[in-house]
Amino acid sequence: MRDAVTALHGATFIGRVTVADGGLRGMVTLRGDLAAPAMAAAAQVIGLTIPAQRRVVMADDRAAIWMSPDEVLILVPHAQAEATAAALTQALTGIHHLAVNVSDARAVLRLTGSEAALRETLAKLAPVDMDLFGMGEVRRTRLGQVACAFWMVDSSTVELICFRSVARYVFDLLAVTASDGGAVGHFG
Amino acid sequence: MLILTCPYCGVAGEETEFHAGGEAHLKRFGPGSSDDDFDAYMFARKNPKGVHFERWRHVFGCGKWFHAARDTATLQVFGTYPAQVSGPPQDILDRIAAATSAHAAK
Repeated sequence: MRDAVTALHGATFIGRVTVADGGLRGMVTLRGDLAAPAMAAAAQVIGLTIPAQRRVVMADDRAAIWMSPDEVLILVPHAQAEATAAALTQALTGIHHLAVNVSDARAVLRLTGSEAALRETLAKLAPVDMDLFGMGEVRRTRLGQVACAFWMVDSSTVELICFRSVARYVFDLLAVTASDGGAVGHFG
Repeated sequence: MLILTCPYCGVAGEETEFHAGGEAHLKRFGPGSSDDDFDAYMFARKNPKGVHFERWRHVFGCGKWFHAARDTATLQVFGTYPAQVSGPPQDILDRIAAATSAHAAK
């Protein structure tokens, strides 16, 4: 296999918010009946739990993101994606499910800065009430013209995923929005 | 601007996060049906000024289809409900009846 590269080739923008390529990330889509005990057991095998509706579960270098009532996106280090998918498939033998390595489908962007600036940047682009958006919550929504999902890692970091083909658009959009001189100050 | 609540992910999202999918609760007439039935199923759509049942998709979110009941004139949304039904649930109908009678009383 050739060496994998990210869509953004490590691009970084520094403004009121620092927008950076989130690097390569292993992503495994897990579909099935999320409420099934077997699903919880399978998540335990890879060191995670099944997140509740619109929540993200984070543990060390991995995370589970609630995508829809029957879909969870598992984030792991890039090299572990295949093994994670295989482990899930094995743990769910005999149960109707799908566990596939989709690491190439999406790009990860990392936003760092003050919480107010982060909230404001996202509020400018997505139809989401950022006053209410909390820690541990994941929101799949629209960013400008494209679909994305974001969650707060901590009060100064937001991670955002979008489809790989629109990664540059999302990066440029965030960069313009977070440029110096564009502050609204709504979030303090 | 409509604010719709996706019954699957619980998000109260604004209209641009969703995609309208036309009239809800159509009964399909396929092979073997009469020409009139098929024609009506294929082409005839309600276009009321007032209460309307529609299909919507949470296209930028969880990607699921659901139903919404709203008023096309006032844009009041009476509620949303899952796609796996062939008619609106009673609580939605009650809300519509309450809103309509309140309107008539004015």
